[in-house]
Amino acid sequence: MFDYSMAEIGNIVVMQAFSGLSLFSVLLLMALGLAIIFGQMGVINMAHGEFMAIGAYTTVFLSRVAETYGIVNYYFLFAIVAAFIVAFIIGYIVEFALIRHLYKRPLDTLLATWGLSLVMQQIFRSTFGAKEVSAVLPEWLMGSFQPTPDIDIPINGVFVLVLAAVVTLGVFLFMFRSRWGLRVRATVQNRVMAGAVGINTKKVDRVTFALGCGIAGVAGAAFTTIASTGPTTGSLYIVDSFMVVVFGGAASVLGTIASAFGIAQAQSILQFFMTSSMGKVATLMVIVGILMMRPEGLFASKVRK
Amino acid sequence: MNETLSKILGGKQGAIGLGILAALILVLLPLGLDPFRLGLVGKYLTYAFVAVSLVLLWGNGGILSLGQGIFFGLGGYAMAMFLKLEASDPVSTAIQSTPGIPDFMDWNQLTALPWFWEPFKSLPLTILAILIVPTLFAFLIGYAMFKRRVGGVYFAIITQAIALILSILIIGQQGYTGGVNGITDLKTLLGWDIRTDSAKYVLYYVNAALLIGCILLSRYVLSSKFGMLLLAMRDKEERVRFSGYDVSNFKIFIFCLSAMISAIGGAMFTLQVGFMSPTFIGIVPSIEMVIFAAVGGRMSLIGAVYGTLLVNAGKTMFSETYPELWLFLMGGLFIAVVMFFPNGLAGIYDKYAKKVPFLRKLSEESPKARKAETVLVETKEAGVKA
Amino acid sequence: MSNTDFVLAVEDLTVSFDGFKAVDKLNMYIDKNELRVVIGPNGAGKTTVLDLICGKTKSTAGSIKFKNRELTRLSEHEIVRAGVGRKFQTPSIYENLTVYQNLEVSYPKGRGVFGSLFFKRSDEVVAQVRKIAREIMMEDILGMEAALLSHGQKQWLEIGMLLMQEPELLMLDEPVAGMSAKERDQTAELLNRICQNRSVIVIEHDMEFVKKIAHKVTVLHQGKILAEGAMDKVQANEKVIEVYLGH
Repeated sequence: MFDYSMAEIGNIVVMQAFSGLSLFSVLLLMALGLAIIFGQMGVINMAHGEFMAIGAYTTVFLSRVAETYGIVNYYFLFAIVAAFIVAFIIGYIVEFALIRHLYKRPLDTLLATWGLSLVMQQIFRSTFGAKEVSAVLPEWLMGSFQPTPDIDIPINGVFVLVLAAVVTLGVFLFMFRSRWGLRVRATVQNRVMAGAVGINTKKVDRVTFALGCGIAGVAGAAFTTIASTGPTTGSLYIVDSFMVVVFGGAASVLGTIASAFGIAQAQSILQFFMTSSMGKVATLMVIVGILMMRPEGLFASKVRK
Repeated sequence: MNETLSKILGGKQGAIGLGILAALILVLLPLGLDPFRLGLVGKYLTYAFVAVSLVLLWGNGGILSLGQGIFFGLGGYAMAMFLKLEASDPVSTAIQSTPGIPDFMDWNQLTALPWFWEPFKSLPLTILAILIVPTLFAFLIGYAMFKRRVGGVYFAIITQAIALILSILIIGQQGYTGGVNGITDLKTLLGWDIRTDSAKYVLYYVNAALLIGCILLSRYVLSSKFGMLLLAMRDKEERVRFSGYDVSNFKIFIFCLSAMISAIGGAMFTLQVGFMSPTFIGIVPSIEMVIFAAVGGRMSLIGAVYGTLLVNAGKTMFSETYPELWLFLMGGLFIAVVMFFPNGLAGIYDKYAKKVPFLRKLSEESPKARKAETVLVETKEAGVKA
Repeated sequence: MSNTDFVLAVEDLTVSFDGFKAVDKLNMYIDKNELRVVIGPNGAGKTTVLDLICGKTKSTAGSIKFKNRELTRLSEHEIVRAGVGRKFQTPSIYENLTVYQNLEVSYPKGRGVFGSLFFKRSDEVVAQVRKIAREIMMEDILGMEAALLSHGQKQWLEIGMLLMQEPELLMLDEPVAGMSAKERDQTAELLNRICQNRSVIVIEHDMEFVKKIAHKVTVLHQGKILAEGAMDKVQANEKVIEVYLGH
């Protein structure tokens, strides 16, 4: 790293930071979904990465359809919505068929959803092939702009960032400003009481789980703009997303944002100065180290135990 | 019967169960299988160490570690490092630019043996390392987490992350670890060629004996007051704490013990299979080992061995012929075991054995009934003595 | 704070959760062999006081001295080993173990990791289990799995588990909740028996039951003591009637 001038290092940091922002956006979208599900029912969904892959494959599929009709420039926003809906519906079914039977056994849920993720990966492989596929991106997502001659900022990165911001805001409004959100929070805080005042807690669970999956689907749509998708794509992000959730303190939206940002930036910048794998090792080691010191995460609120 | 002996054997039923298992792996399988297939069984049996360790930790202690591959791998690597150094004597590595160091170090432009490889020149130190390094590592993780009362899902996720870190680290540090290929071309143990058929038979038996030894040790632990406390903690941790026990110490101990047992399995894997690689450390192997224990029955030490054999035999069979089907099957297995057979094979056996006259005799004391009966008998005996 | 003859001396005990003072400068003294009942409306801080004494919750300020030994800095198991036993509101027993095993696990020997690995079931242990089982009227069902017990029996079993430790201070959180009238009477007798050689603190709502057992009553309200003294005196106290008994 000493072969660079200060100005060059500055430019590198800016560009790496920006590529970190793309990772941040994907991690944030993944983690939001996970955090909602985990915060709501203490369930860890090991197949969450596969729901992201569902969103990505939905987008890829739609891009091919769009290509045949020559409407590549317009399909993408529609694809985001479709990715959400497909992942939402599958999540809804999974909750009904599997998750709801296991609420009192969180460790078993972990294993069952792992099994689910294996099955889903194999379905992707059988349907779309083992090779990675990429979506045909609309022109307006490609290219980059240059605020200074040495700095190159890709447009797709900006788009993904905006998308993540919009979804985060949407989740925030849903959880804290809507009637549904109120029901969700009520159920989290006191399931029995919520049931007693007429909230259908089972339905709340199902919708919350499906919502978390739907957001993972959006993450998948966003993902197609920065990388190609393979059957195991989702599983590559799952541990990172867990770390984001745990590190941020499971129940806090702000914490999730901050920890997604920190983790993505650390990885992205470290990866430039070390090898890619060592950057990841260093980041994960720091997180695990901090979690051992502060198991409740960085932003957990003080709760009366 | 002597009290300790009876504890280790697990009463009449335990002794019979263990006898059947011993007959199967010590006599029937070696007689019935060709050396290649027996080698596969030997390999599976090294995974069974991990499954047994998970019965202790997860089934009885309620602590799910998704990082048992860490300890299996550490044990395996320790063994592999010793064997690799033996295989890398200056004469056989004379063509390297630095003779006398493992080949992969030479390929990665290392010119001297890294310091942490030095102890592995000695077999006693290696055996110590196999037993102590994983245990110490487990102690550090356990101490940090259990003292702060981290458990359940958090513990599972963090152990998983550690498994991921370790596997990336080993893959990334090719010059020191052999990278993604692992440590290969292991030939001799103190001059004894481990690749011959006769050596493989010997190692198979050593492995089987060690496994039975670990089961006996685990039996003892589970039948002691410690074992009862483990169950109690799994049920009502607060109550145990407010009965004057420092719960974290018990969890740390069982985690360390499970790490040590897994590490023995790892070392035996290296000896029998002749290499060690990071594919046995990461997330996937670690969680698959949980399913071995789950299929056998998370509470049953002997069931864990059968579960491991069965799942792996299935894996070998299917992935040879229908690799696609296997992933569906494996995934389905996770779901089915959790949803429909939470007690695995052992649970199914307990449920149906009573309906078969011959088996009923053997299983007169199913775990639940047994608890009640033996306690009463034991109290009576003790009362008579008094 | 000076040393006292009290078994338990709580002074200026305060705990706040995010600014809310659940217990506010509480002072309470328990005598040897005394059976004290703590009453008060929901949210008065009764359970929190027990939590503070047994170390489940850490205090913000103040001191708790048990036989002149400061408890606030000890961890839960150390407090238990010092001689304080705590029963929880909902019966907290090991459902997968037998009655015998539940009691034996609570025996105060072999409490370390290695102690428990090499713990031998001596005649002494068996005798102690039998003695306690007789006390809690469960001698005939020692081999029964605890999950099969009735609700009342579960409560007794938990009390029995505490008695195994021979605590000098026993704290019971609503021991007769969910019990039948007959079971309540039996529990009252049980409590009167066991406070012969130890101090007991009981949290209870059932006034009939309180009358049967209490030596002295403490009324808590909003984290503070509203009244303290003999049952009839407390019952006549106007403030108490207003905030609690009157309802």
